[in-house]
Amino acid sequence: MSEFATGDGVNTKDATLLSVRQLRTWFELRRWGLLKVGDVRAVDGLDFEMRRGEAVAFVGESGCGKSSLARTLLGLYRPTAGSIWIEGEDMAGFDRHQLHLYRRKIGYVQQDPYAALPPFMQVRRILREPLIVHGNRDREDQERKIRAALREVRLEPPETYLTKFPHMLSGGQQQRVVIARALILKPALIIADEPVSMLDASVRVEILNLLRQIQQQRNLTLAFITHDLSTVRYFANRIMVMYAGQIVERAPVDTLLDQPRHPYTQALLEALPDPDPDNAQKIRRLPKGEPPSLVSPPSGCRFHPRCPHAIKGLCEIKPPPEFPIAPEHGAACWLNQPS
Amino acid sequence: MNRWRAALQELKKYPTAVAGLLLIAFLLGLSAYAVIAIPYRQALELWRGGEHWQAHPRNAAPAWTNLFRRRKLPPTVRLDSVDNGLAEQDELAGLRRQRITLPFTFNYFDFPSEINLFLETEFTRKTPLLSIRWQTPDGRQIDLGAYRPLRRQRLSLSQDRELAARLGHPGHIGLMTGSAESEHPTVLRGDYQVVLEILHFEPGSQLRADFIVYGRVHGLAGTDHQRRDLLVALLWGTPIALLFGLAAALGTTLTTLVIATAGVWYGGRIDAAIQRITEVNMILPLLPVLVMVGTLYSRSLWLMLAVVVAFGLFSAGVKMYRAMLLPVRRAPFVEAAQAYGAGSRRIIFRYMIPRVLPVLVPAFVTLIPTFVFLEASLAVLGLGDPLLPTWGKILNDAQQQSALYNQHYYWVLTPAAMLMLTGLGFALLGFAMDRIFNPRLRSD
Ligand SMILES: Nc1ncnc2c1ncn2[C@@H]1O[C@H](COP(=O)(O)OP(=O)(O)OP(=O)(O)O)[C@@H](O)[C@H]1O
Ligand SMILES: [Mg+2]
Repeated sequence: MSEFATGDGVNTKDATLLSVRQLRTWFELRRWGLLKVGDVRAVDGLDFEMRRGEAVAFVGESGCGKSSLARTLLGLYRPTAGSIWIEGEDMAGFDRHQLHLYRRKIGYVQQDPYAALPPFMQVRRILREPLIVHGNRDREDQERKIRAALREVRLEPPETYLTKFPHMLSGGQQQRVVIARALILKPALIIADEPVSMLDASVRVEILNLLRQIQQQRNLTLAFITHDLSTVRYFANRIMVMYAGQIVERAPVDTLLDQPRHPYTQALLEALPDPDPDNAQKIRRLPKGEPPSLVSPPSGCRFHPRCPHAIKGLCEIKPPPEFPIAPEHGAACWLNQPS
Repeated sequence: MNRWRAALQELKKYPTAVAGLLLIAFLLGLSAYAVIAIPYRQALELWRGGEHWQAHPRNAAPAWTNLFRRRKLPPTVRLDSVDNGLAEQDELAGLRRQRITLPFTFNYFDFPSEINLFLETEFTRKTPLLSIRWQTPDGRQIDLGAYRPLRRQRLSLSQDRELAARLGHPGHIGLMTGSAESEHPTVLRGDYQVVLEILHFEPGSQLRADFIVYGRVHGLAGTDHQRRDLLVALLWGTPIALLFGLAAALGTTLTTLVIATAGVWYGGRIDAAIQRITEVNMILPLLPVLVMVGTLYSRSLWLMLAVVVAFGLFSAGVKMYRAMLLPVRRAPFVEAAQAYGAGSRRIIFRYMIPRVLPVLVPAFVTLIPTFVFLEASLAVLGLGDPLLPTWGKILNDAQQQSALYNQHYYWVLTPAAMLMLTGLGFALLGFAMDRIFNPRLRSD
């Protein structure tokens, strides 16, 4: 059904699940709830595609618009401009019913598992809600699916957990319930927004492994949002580095970690704790300077005020386009301009 | 729903809640009884006053107050010539002479409040001639004069000036005392008789007498200055008070909830507008506005209800519920529900409103009596519904007749007690519910 090129020039080969074109999500900034004083450009012109079965990591500092991107993809925020194509169809053209079906295709795993679960519902009820919302009224079938989902996230035996309220579960168990809820409608895409950053270090790996396993078993597409590059290597196929609402570099995981081409990516990597124990005490930090304002972002390249390699007369004036470096590798930085 | 049933079960563990429930059950029972025993129209009719009450004493205390008195107050004695009279007749020369003797025993320490004789006479052309004689226990005979009664006539012995002058005291005192000359007359206890001597001038003419020695106590609730039995208003005041309180509390609570929810749900300018209106509304005082409406426009209970509910729309509750709903609205679990496609209705009714119910329900219960009191206050200020028999109306009458100054305490105390019972019942229940539904507020 989606094997033809669409009018927007988006080539939707069957492998492409989601493609995003020039996506912008801006929030109006008002004073006293009335006077408009500007826009928060949380997502400011994103282009990317996600293939079926791949895991893509979105990496960036706090406040660069990662969650806003997730919420826009989930249909929780209406894009200010641009388009989201899923299986070759433009989301902007969806009516209520189609939007409802679209939501079924995307699972959402949030950051804080305790806040993500309604504290007044038992696990069974929590997992039943999505089924009910999508018209499943068959109690037995619901129960089967709920148990299967709990088993899939390794909450076994399911009976032990069905009648638990969220506060009776540990953080890791809560996040498993969140994942079960995201899976129960058999989505094609899972959006995981910093799924382990609120968890105990001890259970992070477990949860990440679980997500990875499920993703591979089900051939799910996974959008993995994180500010922590260290977890990404074992997890994602590709990485997109975001800065101030834009993608500054994209590449397959190994390429990006080994040959970062954007100064911001390089800085992020340098800030990682060094695996070498001799250097463990050395404090690494992100480039000096404030994260940029999203209301009035810096002119030209948004990273230039913090960039150690900024070229006077160019970087602060002209925003760099994304220069291709290798297949699947691109960086929006003038340093990568082919000469 | 199970949680609510469990909560109700738990209510039984609170003696205060049980007391509150019993009080409310009592008030509901009373309402049911009032509505069944005295149909609405009849209640209005009775409360309008008039002839219906002519056999009742004015300002009589409830009969049960005698239990607490050493010197018992007299109840009303009513003698009907048909049932009680000893009638003798003899005829001579076209005239018929009839004598009706009405005997009664008076064994109380206080004088009656009034003595009246109601006469119904049937004749075609010539009025019978009536002369009345009063016989005291000590054998004195007092002539009360001769009358040519109208077809329906009331002879008020207590207001008979001529008689009062003769006896030195108004009739109902002078006729009932032994020492007529005394400054402080005392009651002469014993068997009295009223003898009516009637001379009929027509064969068919008839006279029926209804003789009433009005007491100073009456029934369960006593009477007011218009002789109306206060029981009518005490009984009927219950359903009216409950209905008004319930309707106003329900109206304001529901509308407040809807408005708070709408503001939180839609956010943005709608929320801002609701907040501003609420702030203005909160400083507008309700009572003065009600007084204004009552004075200038109409005092109908339903209009007052409408004004109360209109004011309740943007009451302080909006702020409170908003404060409780906002965190839920912004909670990640609501976002998650939206993400998998839960509609606004589902989120509002499954996620948001249930969060406020534990606070809303007890608040609603405790709100009921405040509106009952509001209605009573309006009535006391003279702005009560002019037609309806209500507790507030009794208090208003009592105040206008200086009930306390005249020591008619029952007149104020009984309606006040009803108001207090209502307040107490709902408050006890409401507070207990609050403790059960909101365990965090528990003091222990
Ligand atoms: N609903 C909203 N209304 C207004 N501004 C918003 C809204 N959501 C996000 N923003 C703003 O958009 C910017 C990006 O926020 P976002 O949550 O997307 O960042 P993030 O990359 O997820 O950060 P973090 O790592 O802290 O989660 C922030 O400046 C934030 O204040
Ligand atoms: Mg975020």
